[in-house]
Parts: sequence; C-alpha cells; structure tokens
Amino acid sequence: MRLEIKYRSLSLKRLFKTYLEKPELAGLILLVLLIILFQVRSHGVFLNQDNLRGILGILPEAGLVAIGVTILMISGEFDLSVGSVFALMPMTMAVLMVHGWPFPLALLAGLLVSAAIGYINGYVTIRFAIPSFITTLGMLFMARSLTVVVSGGFPPLLPADLPNWLFTSFVGPGNMFRMSFLWFVAVALLTSLMLSRTNFGNWIKATGGFLPAAAAMGIPTARVKIVCFMLCSVLSGFAGMLQVLRLGSPLPSIGEGMELQAVASAVIGGASLAGGIGTVMGGIIGTTLIRVIDNGLVLSHVDANWFKFAIGFLTIFAVVANAWMRKRAKAIKMEG
Amino acid sequence: MTDAIISVRDLHKWYSGVHALKGVTLDFRRGEALGLVGDNGAGKSTLINILSGVHRADNGEIKVEGRAVSIATPRDAMDLGIETIYQYNSMVPTMSIARNLFIGREPTRFSILGVGILDQKKMAEESVRAIANVDLHLRSPDALVGELSGGQRQGVAIARAMHFKSKVMILDEPTNHLSVKETNKVIGFVRGLKEQGVTGVFISHNMHHVFDCCDRIVAMARGEIVLDKRIEDTSIDEVHSVL
Repeated sequence: MRLEIKYRSLSLKRLFKTYLEKPELAGLILLVLLIILFQVRSHGVFLNQDNLRGILGILPEAGLVAIGVTILMISGEFDLSVGSVFALMPMTMAVLMVHGWPFPLALLAGLLVSAAIGYINGYVTIRFAIPSFITTLGMLFMARSLTVVVSGGFPPLLPADLPNWLFTSFVGPGNMFRMSFLWFVAVALLTSLMLSRTNFGNWIKATGGFLPAAAAMGIPTARVKIVCFMLCSVLSGFAGMLQVLRLGSPLPSIGEGMELQAVASAVIGGASLAGGIGTVMGGIIGTTLIRVIDNGLVLSHVDANWFKFAIGFLTIFAVVANAWMRKRAKAIKMEG
Repeated sequence: MTDAIISVRDLHKWYSGVHALKGVTLDFRRGEALGLVGDNGAGKSTLINILSGVHRADNGEIKVEGRAVSIATPRDAMDLGIETIYQYNSMVPTMSIARNLFIGREPTRFSILGVGILDQKKMAEESVRAIANVDLHLRSPDALVGELSGGQRQGVAIARAMHFKSKVMILDEPTNHLSVKETNKVIGFVRGLKEQGVTGVFISHNMHHVFDCCDRIVAMARGEIVLDKRIEDTSIDEVHSVL
C-alpha cells in the first residue's frame, strides 16, 4: 500500500517535470488566461462566432511565418527578411499574372523566388560565417526594394478569376474557417511531425543545440540550416500570397514589422534564441496570443496603442517564465 | 605488424605554412589501449583530427585493417569503425539521451532520400541496452543530456561508440574538467574497452591517467613521435624528459 503511494507520487512528479520541461507551456497558460480575461471584459463578445471567425481568418498568415521562423530558430539561425518576402512573393505573382501567366505557373514562380531568397540567406550566412542577423537584415531591405521596383510604383490589378475557393473562401460549419486555415493546419501538422518524428528533425535540433557535436556525428549541418532558411522563406511567401488573396490587392507595404512579431511569437512559444529548443506548436501558440491580444484589447475598449506595449511585455515575461520553469524542472531530481 | 587495425605512414600536415605533422608513422594495434601524450601544439590533435575525418592529411597513407582508405568526413571515419569522443563532448545538451545516442544514425521505419520516420520504439529499447552495457546507471533514456554530469556524458558517448560496434575509440582529453571520482569512472571505461576487443586511443595531458589505463605510450613533440614504448618499459619521468 505504501509502496503504491510512493510509486504514484513518483509518477506524478515525473509528469510534473515532463510538463515543466515543455517549452510552450508558459505561452499556453498565458493564452488561456487572456482568453478568459477578454471574454469577461468584452461581456462575452470575444468568443462569439463572428469574432472567432475574424481571428481565425487572419491567424494563418502570421502563423505560417511564425512556423518557419520557429523551425529556423531551432536550427540556430534567424530570419529578419520574412516580412519582405511576404510582400515580394505575391508581388512577383501579380506582375507575372498581369503579363498573362496563369495562376499555377505564377504561384510556382513566386514560391521559387521565395526559396531562392532563403537559399541566398543560408548560403551567404554559412559560406562567409557571418551572423544570419546581418544577412537577413540586408535581405529585408533588398527584398522590400525589389517588391517596390517590380510593382513599378503602382500595385498591379489582380485578375478576376483567381482560385479563391482554394485559399480564402469560408468553409466548415457556420462558415467558421477560411480555406487558408486548413492550409495552415496541414502545414502545422506536417512540420510538427517533421521536427519530432523524423531523422531530419533530429538533425535540426542537434545542429541548433550544439553545432560541434552535430558536425562531429556526421550531420550535414550546413545543408540542414540552408533547408531551414528555404522552408522559412517559402512559408513566408506563401503566407503573403494568402493575405493578398484575402485583401484582393498586392500592396508593396504588406508584412512590414512582421519579422519582429514572428520572432516574438516563436520566443513566447518557448523557442530559444540560442537554438536547439522550441516547437511548432509553441510558435502557433505565440502567434495566437498576439492575435488574441490585438483583438481583445479592441473589444475591451482599451486604447489600441497599448497593443505593442502588451506584445513587448509578453515577450520578456514569457522568456523569464520559461527560464524559471526550466530551472524548476531541472531541480526536480528523479531517483532510480 | 599484421595485427595493426590502423596504420599510418609518413603523414604530413601543414596549416598555412606551419608544419604540424612531420612524417608520422604509427601502428594502432588491435585491442590495445594506446596513450597519446604531448604538449599543446605537439601534433596529437592534428593526428587525431585526420583519423576522425575533421581534417585531411596533405601527404601520407592511412590503412584500416590493411586496406588503404581515404577519410574525408567524420561520417567516413565512423563508417570505418573509428569513433571519436571529444574533450568538449560530442553530446547535444538540449536533447535526450536516446536522441543523442542515434544522432546522424537514426533508425528509420522507411525513408526517402535519406529522410524518414524515426523508429522511436527501437531507439528507446536499444538505448536502454546500450547504457546498461557500459554499466552506466541512468534513470531513463528520455532524460536530457544537459542534466547529466560530465562523467556520465562521457559514459553515454562511450556507450554510443560501443553500440555502433566501433573498432577504434579515440578519446580526446576525456578527463578534462572532471572530478576525481568521475575521472576514475572514465579510466574504468577505457580499461573495459580491451575486454570488448576495442582499440582505445587515449589522449591526455595527465600522465597518471595515461599510465593508469594504457598498454602502450606514444609521445609526440613538434609534429613528430619522440617515444613509443610499452608502459612496463618506461616511466612517467622518461616520458616527461622527451617532451
């Protein structure tokens, strides 16, 4: 009997430790608390169908970027150019379609442009051994400039026969979601599985966790990082296209400031700037948190200028909370 | 000479004008624990880096089990059965023991172009066995390597090398930054290698550690081998005098 109690408390302790070690836990707790707070403050408007529809309609765009940035951060690198790629990809498509290219070919070209930018980011960073902060800061300006240049100063008119049914139409019970949400869920599932269940995911974590060990064990760390850079760029470009299809016009200024929000999402979700730690789910929780605050502040009649304050505070708070929880988890010694 | 598992002949290496290895010729005999000593810059790390695929020799020949080989990457060395355990250990602290054991050699259930789904059941089972085989007592293969002590990490690295049936295990300063108790444990691991038929190459600054667990001692200075004797035929003083 006593043995059984001891065993149970041991497994409870293990469970507790396992959860404390999850990097996305702090973000998740904050998210639940904020949803409850906003639901009360907005007198029940926050969780009603129309408002949720609004949040879920925008979430995929920031969410896809955050997934890419999170994975890249786990591999130990950084991308500040995502906001510019977010604008350049759909602008490339729009200009090509004005010149008579069909949608699928323009889509392919846009994705290739995004992949090429990711490749350049990765190649330059690794070949010249410079911080990706610098490489992608440069690319932030270059890709934004290219976007304005190819647009010719005027946003091109999108053709009328775009496959919106595949990307932005409302679907599901009560027309709850846009199609973009389904794309988002599919990408989230696939990347999440890639990270946790494949050998490539293991290489990403090892490369970001401790590069010398990963290289010594024969992992092609340069290739792993370049693939992560490319994945990040492609997801950002794709997300930019979703936004342009939703808005109906390819503005050259979209995605400005997105890079820092994506980093904030990843960090709130538990990803470490030093690499090696983080989850796709964490990045999504971080993005959702930012969207919820954006929306919730308005619904609670708080001056919208507090939004950036809240994000900033939250970023710092989440990292402090995560560090504290990791320390607590480490302190729980398991015997045996 | 027939029992040499690795033989190197006339190995040279230059680093931007510095002649780091000046024609090293050496046989690593099967099942022997060889202690490699020398001051900083004596060339021992260069020699080891060439054998483990980190650097390439500019000149000379390497034979593994009598066959001339070219070791271009760490992976080539591992495939030839040469495993290196580095001073700043070869473990990723943010990953679990089980994940660390299989880094770069993960068992997959199926794969396309080398990327596939991990066989997690196999990883969990085999890591438990691998850890038990080196007499390491750890609570669970899911614990993070970052939570282990320095000695335990070296133990896991040795367990990994054993698990992948390496024939030669190179330990580059494995006792640095370890407590006395942990050091003894690592020295015990090196002694245990012989029983398993594994050739050990033990690199250390600490002469006592080397004399404690090796059969043969090779001393290097200024890129050359200056002493090569069996432990019973030499003494710490003699080795010190040639360095």
